[in-house]
Amino acid sequence: MERSGRDYALWTIAIALVVIFALIPVVWLISISLKPPEALTDQRFIPSDVSFDNYKSLFEGGIDDSPFIKPLINSIGIALITTAISIVLASFCAYAIARLEFPGKRVILAGALAIAMFPPISTVGPLFDMWRALGLYDTWLGLIIPYLTFSLPLAIYVLVAFFREIPWELEQAAQVDGATPFQAFTKVIVPLAAPGVFTAAILVFIFCWNDFLFAISLTSSDASRTVPAALAFFTGESSFTAPTGSIAAAAVVVTVPIIIFVLIFQRRIVAGLTAGAVKG
Amino acid sequence: MTVNAPANPNPPEAAPAKASSRTRSEHKLAWMLCAPAVLAMLLVTAYPIAYAIILSLQDVDLRFPDEGGFVGLSNYSAVLSSDLWWTDIFNTVFIMLISVSIELVLGMAIALVMHRAIFGRGVVRTSVLIPYGIITVVAAFAWQFAFSPETGFVNNLPLISDEMDWFGGRFSSFAVIIMAEVWKTTPFMALLLLAGLVTIDSQLYEAAKVDGASAWQRFTRITLPLMKPAILVALLFRTLDAFRVFDTIFVMTRGALDTESVSILGYNQLISRLNLGLGSAVSVLIFLCVFLIAFVFVKGFGAKVEEGRPGG
Repeated sequence: MERSGRDYALWTIAIALVVIFALIPVVWLISISLKPPEALTDQRFIPSDVSFDNYKSLFEGGIDDSPFIKPLINSIGIALITTAISIVLASFCAYAIARLEFPGKRVILAGALAIAMFPPISTVGPLFDMWRALGLYDTWLGLIIPYLTFSLPLAIYVLVAFFREIPWELEQAAQVDGATPFQAFTKVIVPLAAPGVFTAAILVFIFCWNDFLFAISLTSSDASRTVPAALAFFTGESSFTAPTGSIAAAAVVVTVPIIIFVLIFQRRIVAGLTAGAVKG
Repeated sequence: MTVNAPANPNPPEAAPAKASSRTRSEHKLAWMLCAPAVLAMLLVTAYPIAYAIILSLQDVDLRFPDEGGFVGLSNYSAVLSSDLWWTDIFNTVFIMLISVSIELVLGMAIALVMHRAIFGRGVVRTSVLIPYGIITVVAAFAWQFAFSPETGFVNNLPLISDEMDWFGGRFSSFAVIIMAEVWKTTPFMALLLLAGLVTIDSQLYEAAKVDGASAWQRFTRITLPLMKPAILVALLFRTLDAFRVFDTIFVMTRGALDTESVSILGYNQLISRLNLGLGSAVSVLIFLCVFLIAFVFVKGFGAKVEEGRPGG
């Protein structure tokens, strides 16, 4: 097919616009985080002077005095634990839905969908009250439980979509060839299911990592406050300095690794985000 | 594929005579596998919403723990007769309608670019995933700093007044809030729409071209009608998500200057003012609004939710 030079020019402009639009906030955050305090109000998109003071102040004072290290540990820990539990529970459930016939299957899928639409704010009040009575307020578990609930529908849908694509008859074929049921499962099915499970895990992790509402409602201290909540309560070095530089530096620290990760696994993530969205 | 399709790709090949006991054990196994996930999902939804309804019928204010008791629907009448609730409903619906409309148009444009691109498809896909990977609060801070008259670069741009105080007025705040929301969630819309686009048979376009249809006619007569189911499901999920808007507003204005959303109102009543009775009434009303939106999409517009999936 012949393409004119004008077509190429138009596509280049369209693509450039999308790329610039996506990148502006990231480049901008990096830019502010590198500006020394006196240059913060220079309104320049690219800093004229580069300083790493904002990053140093984030980690100053070690684990006890730094405003950032504990929330970072909380965020990583809570998201990893939730992801692990969510993926195990969702895998069992998705396996049953993809492979077995049983009454209630539609109800489970419909219920999971309803929970995905559920407004989290409607559960915040009761959870706040219950967690204080149960001693779960301001603990890791107090956040892990609601994250588990709201990430399970996502994990189940992604896994069901992936599990339905697995050629399960290979399992029987392996057994015919002399493999034990356990070998057939671990040597044949697990490698086939692993990409889907990994994709679901990435999506669940990002979901937990992103949460703000539960994080500010059910925590009150560095014991369990995650990064998004900590950022909202950041204060400056003294009451005279705005925390802009520190917020930007902290934002870069929690953003850049995730972006790199997302870009490495982009094919998987796109597959996961659109899994089951279309008949195929 | 349809997530909710009842057909099992590998139906068990049990002999009819043995079917009942085998079926029964299969049901039992299936339920044992599903039970933990189902319990975990109900734990923080069914029970709390029931508890929220009970709280909303009582006078529960944690600042005055000795007072209290059953007050009937008076919390609801207090909320529904307050100007604040209706202002917040207006704000929420306003932000929701505008941001979802822009997302649909932009998302469709990006999906078409990705689908029809002569080159650079990978670059576009890579860039649209960046907003997806960024924490909403972080994106909100980035845009807030960008539009702030002190630290921002936006007022330095041509056509924009140096003096513009974006967060000094209600609708200029909405403009920034909507732009941040659109930036963060358009990728998800674009990917869902792209998934719908790729299922359209390209021969339809070739045939239309032969018959002399213009690009615009091909889009409105082929693409849009065939994508209606995918568009409706994407719209439903994004609309519900937009109705819950909280993070961006909390970071940018904390609801000042009448920019509060209903979720911020609920948070303020529950967590800041510790008024669990009134706050729960707000929570239950938000729940009913979400239910109503879903109902309108499914019954009114015929969105086939069973073909959809939870958002990321």
